[in-house]
Amino acid sequence: MNKKNNSIFADKAIMNRALKDSVKKLNPKVQIKNPVMFMVFVSAILTLILFVFALFGIRDAQPGFILAVSIILWFTVLFGNFAEAIAEGRGKAQADTLRASRRDVMANKIPSSEQRHKVTAVRSAELRKGDIVVVYAGEQIPADGDVIDGAASVDESAITGESAPVIRESGGDRSAVTGGTTLVSDWLVIEVTSEPGQSFLDKMIAMVEGASRKKTPNELALQLFLVALSIIFLLVTCSLYAYSLFSAGQLGKVNPTTVTSLVALLICLAPTTIGALLSAIGIAGMSRLNQANVLAMSGRAIEAAGDVDILMLDKTGTITLGNRQADAFLPVDGVSEKELADAAQLASLADETPEGRSVVVLAKEKFNIRGRNLEEMKAEFVPFTAKTRMSGVDYKDNEVRKGAADAIRTYVQESGGVYSKECDRIVKEISNHGGTPLVVAKNHQILGVIRLKDIIKSGVKEKFSDLRKMGIKTIMITGDNPLTAAAIAAEAGVDDFLAEATPEGKLDMIRDFQKQGHLVAMTGDGTNDAPALAQADVAVAMNTGTQAAKEAGNMVDLDSSPTKLIEIVKIGKQLLMTRGALTTFSIANDVAKYFAIIPALFMGLYPALGVLNIMRLHSAASAILSALIYNALIIVVLIPLALRGVKYREVAADALLKRNLLIYGVGGIIIPFIAIKLIDIILVMLFGI
Amino acid sequence: MSNVAIQMIIYCVILIALAIPLGKYIGKVMNGEKVFLSRIFVPCEKGIYRVLRLNKSDEDMGWKKYAVCCVVFSIFGFVILFFLQMFQKILPLNPEGIGGTSWHLAFNTASSFVTNTNWQAYSGESTLSYLTQMLGLTVQNFVSAATGIAVLFALIRGFIKVKQKGIGNFYKDMVRTVLYILIPLSLVIGIVIAAQGVPQTFKAYDEVELLEPIEVENEDGTITTVTKQVVPLGPAASQIAIKQLGTNGGGFFGVNSAHPFENPTIFTNLLEMISLLLIPAALCFTFGRNIKDKRQGRAIFIAMFVMLAIALGIIGYNEQIGTPQAAQGTTVAMEGSSVYSGGNMEGKETRFGIATSATWAGFTTAASNGSVNSMHDSYTPIGGMIPMLLMMLGEVVFGGVGCGLYGMIGFAILTVFIAGLMVGRTPEYLGKKIEPFEMKMAVFICLATPVAILIGSGIAALLPATVGSLNNAGAHGLSEVLYAYSSAGGNNGSAFAGFNANTPFLNISIGLVMLFVRFVPMIATLAIAGSLAQKKKVAVSSGTLPTHNAMFIVLLIFIVLLVGALSFFPALALGPVAEFLQMIG
Repeated sequence: MNKKNNSIFADKAIMNRALKDSVKKLNPKVQIKNPVMFMVFVSAILTLILFVFALFGIRDAQPGFILAVSIILWFTVLFGNFAEAIAEGRGKAQADTLRASRRDVMANKIPSSEQRHKVTAVRSAELRKGDIVVVYAGEQIPADGDVIDGAASVDESAITGESAPVIRESGGDRSAVTGGTTLVSDWLVIEVTSEPGQSFLDKMIAMVEGASRKKTPNELALQLFLVALSIIFLLVTCSLYAYSLFSAGQLGKVNPTTVTSLVALLICLAPTTIGALLSAIGIAGMSRLNQANVLAMSGRAIEAAGDVDILMLDKTGTITLGNRQADAFLPVDGVSEKELADAAQLASLADETPEGRSVVVLAKEKFNIRGRNLEEMKAEFVPFTAKTRMSGVDYKDNEVRKGAADAIRTYVQESGGVYSKECDRIVKEISNHGGTPLVVAKNHQILGVIRLKDIIKSGVKEKFSDLRKMGIKTIMITGDNPLTAAAIAAEAGVDDFLAEATPEGKLDMIRDFQKQGHLVAMTGDGTNDAPALAQADVAVAMNTGTQAAKEAGNMVDLDSSPTKLIEIVKIGKQLLMTRGALTTFSIANDVAKYFAIIPALFMGLYPALGVLNIMRLHSAASAILSALIYNALIIVVLIPLALRGVKYREVAADALLKRNLLIYGVGGIIIPFIAIKLIDIILVMLFGI
Repeated sequence: MSNVAIQMIIYCVILIALAIPLGKYIGKVMNGEKVFLSRIFVPCEKGIYRVLRLNKSDEDMGWKKYAVCCVVFSIFGFVILFFLQMFQKILPLNPEGIGGTSWHLAFNTASSFVTNTNWQAYSGESTLSYLTQMLGLTVQNFVSAATGIAVLFALIRGFIKVKQKGIGNFYKDMVRTVLYILIPLSLVIGIVIAAQGVPQTFKAYDEVELLEPIEVENEDGTITTVTKQVVPLGPAASQIAIKQLGTNGGGFFGVNSAHPFENPTIFTNLLEMISLLLIPAALCFTFGRNIKDKRQGRAIFIAMFVMLAIALGIIGYNEQIGTPQAAQGTTVAMEGSSVYSGGNMEGKETRFGIATSATWAGFTTAASNGSVNSMHDSYTPIGGMIPMLLMMLGEVVFGGVGCGLYGMIGFAILTVFIAGLMVGRTPEYLGKKIEPFEMKMAVFICLATPVAILIGSGIAALLPATVGSLNNAGAHGLSEVLYAYSSAGGNNGSAFAGFNANTPFLNISIGLVMLFVRFVPMIATLAIAGSLAQKKKVAVSSGTLPTHNAMFIVLLIFIVLLVGALSFFPALALGPVAEFLQMIG
């Protein structure tokens, strides 16, 4: 999946396919799925029949007029089809790419991990859950599975679009592999976890293509409302015929309404704009999510994302940069700061970890201590081990070590050195303020402490405050102790935190929030996250995560980015807002349409009603046609908005409502007055009607 | 004009001042909390439960059971009322010996009274016996009003309860409503208006000498001199009190509250006028109190009140300036003076004048009361259109007791649905998510009235027989048809006069319309209550659409007007608007 964000209209292939599809969708079986547009479809057929009758002398109205109405109605239907087709376009193109990577390959099936040599060649499509296969470098992984033996780098670009290979190994949280990806090095033994046709890739294809798209509850509710409105308007037009007949009878005049004009009125009033764009909005929302490299397992999950008011965010990667950085040298026992910095830099020169590098950087910044050539100094690097929990260098009989406070303490005390009270105090103080102390010792004598701090990502504080304005609380999840966590939480501006987080702790917290009526979103990757993921309302599993995590979540983030949650919430809200905005716009339009059509129809009966013709439209025919043409064109005009979504801002609900009401409500009342008048002028110029 | 405005403002202030404490009282009654009347009524309540064999251990009904109880209870009332009318000739308390009614009139009247509509295709004094009036109509005035309030209580419980099935007990709600709310208020009003001169007697009609004999021309051209007048009497005060309080509106006498025996003085007029809107207004405050967020109740009250105020303003203004026809050039002065009301006085009692008549017209059509103290048929086109529109809106501007508010809550659900999406969340109201089921039911609540009015009046307009029922031709004729079906479709019951509704077609079609618009929204409301009660409560945050601020009030008003306008713009354009434009044109 590419993250290309260029306009969908620029893509000729998608355009052409959409044009073709909009004609294909004229099939009544397709049309009936959208009741509002089905009504337009039936009206188009009805007017066409009326036109044919008119040709044979049974005239409802002027044949030319009936034909014009019929043509506009057909276009209205086509425009609606086109909106849906183009929204599906990008997904279909994505699906094609994915399908290409799902080719059938020969898999090396083996009886068990120990008997790797007993290979039977099986077609990948025939692999079942529980089968065991071995894959070697250069081969494609034949099916979804868990690595049970070996470690290898895998190119997952077919799915994630990320070209850098990732490591997959047995055990732990990196054991899941996806069918269709390719091994770059080494070998893996994989236990297949999906049945044929139900693999991740299959699901993905179905999702992006919209084939498995079910109408979401909110979409259904909205459709219900639109159908009800359409029924009301159907009754309005039918009863209008009766009133018109009655009034004409009372006045002794000819009934001015025709079936054609009433059909035109019906279609103008019916919420065709939102009716035509409704499914496009849903598909486009899904498509935006896919472009963000997130796969939702259902449309429902996106809507839930809009409702989320608690975000549980992992500290590392989301709130803080992945690594701690040195930010101060705190000497003890009368050692000078420079002396400490010098030793610390020396101990870290060969240390390639980000923490080690940050010590070197800090020493250079503070005391301009330059890099030294360790080889010249005949220095020997002592790497960090789980046993010593220290690292450092040995040179010219000197020993420099840095490490966790208790490790260094043991180290100096074993050789008779002193771990001073001052050092202890500083170490504790650093811990209490959310930092990590690294104690430096030279020749078994403590020089001082390096303070490592979590670095809060730039901009997160503002982001969280924006989210708070929208009523979304952020909870930081961290394995740190409560003191450290509290300090970071305060600095980052999160609303709450869960320290020393365990999977059970997360699960309990989610349950607690849900009991209070909150909707919770979280990300997770490990198998032990699965229960919490299953409990959360929006659960995003990392693609690098385990199979269990992916199954428990309702979305998968292919980028495995911890900040993705915020983007997902944005997409969810934008989808709902777009739906609401276009519904409001569609209904608001009716005011102008009434003022166009009612005076046009009844000025013959009551000339005084001409006062209501505030747009001063030319004639009854031009008024009805203008309103109908506007009604059809507005669908096309709004397609980009439906696909892109309305503008999203992180502000409180009432500010958001005010803004959207002003644009789509008030705008929806005013715009059609102007547009219909313009169309009327053009019609008069072109045809003189 | 300022005279009219000042009077209207005073009426509204009195209304609000009384509604707030009453709302609190009703809220307590609903919850079974202690009130100052508890000492008297708790024993009665217990006694009734004992007779009904209702256990103390609250039987909390699910919504379906509650709905079945409502409907069966109404059917029971319908059957009794239907046969009371048909057989009143052989039943007691019929001093005038009035005969049984036709079956279609009995159907119409029974539908009308069990649905709290009180549309009257008959004239009480010449058609119904005292027994029918008391045992049939007055009883229905009480229980049909109580049913509406009970359903509202059930809905309120739906909002309060979390993950529960029950929405209360129908019988308890009914008993409490009648006992603690309707009976005490009716007693007070009934006694006061009886003291003011409204009859309350079983005596037969009186006959008095006319002060001035009248000569009447017979069909064959001969002339009869009339010297005596029959004065109808009956147990009127007891019925009039509840007809006003329960938003029933069915007059004891044909011309309703314009009759001097129903509404003898300007004081009874004030009392009756305030009491017709009192409970519907109070229930808004009850709602806020009992869902434990007074701001929500206040918001709905303000939305209703703003619409009422606008309506009163338009009616008052139009009636005062009259029409060029009424002014007959400059022959008739339209401006009022200290001795002369001015304006359009056709169809209005001189003792009430413009302001009081216009206020009553607004109140009675805002509330689905339908009693009248002037003839709406004679109003100016726009002055008459507003009462019609108030009914077309579905009687949600206060509306009937209970049903007006639950109708408005239906509109509030529609409003949060559309507006809620625009803030990027799936819609919720008072902490409950609005999903397809609630939406479907809300659509039934909000659209039942437009559907019924459009179908009913559409068919009526097509039938040649309808023309025979009209008093006027042209645009005003269409207004008369529209008004009749709007009155039934809003469960209002007021008549546009001039329209003879006692024909088999009109009796049956209007009867069906009344039943439809009463029970469809009622069952839908209970369905919503049941569904909401089972949901969890969503926490409120700054991302939640606020439903108590000015913006929401404006939106709610807008949605109510929009649904009304979209449904009835063409109809009104061909009726009152065309008439108005012709007059000024």
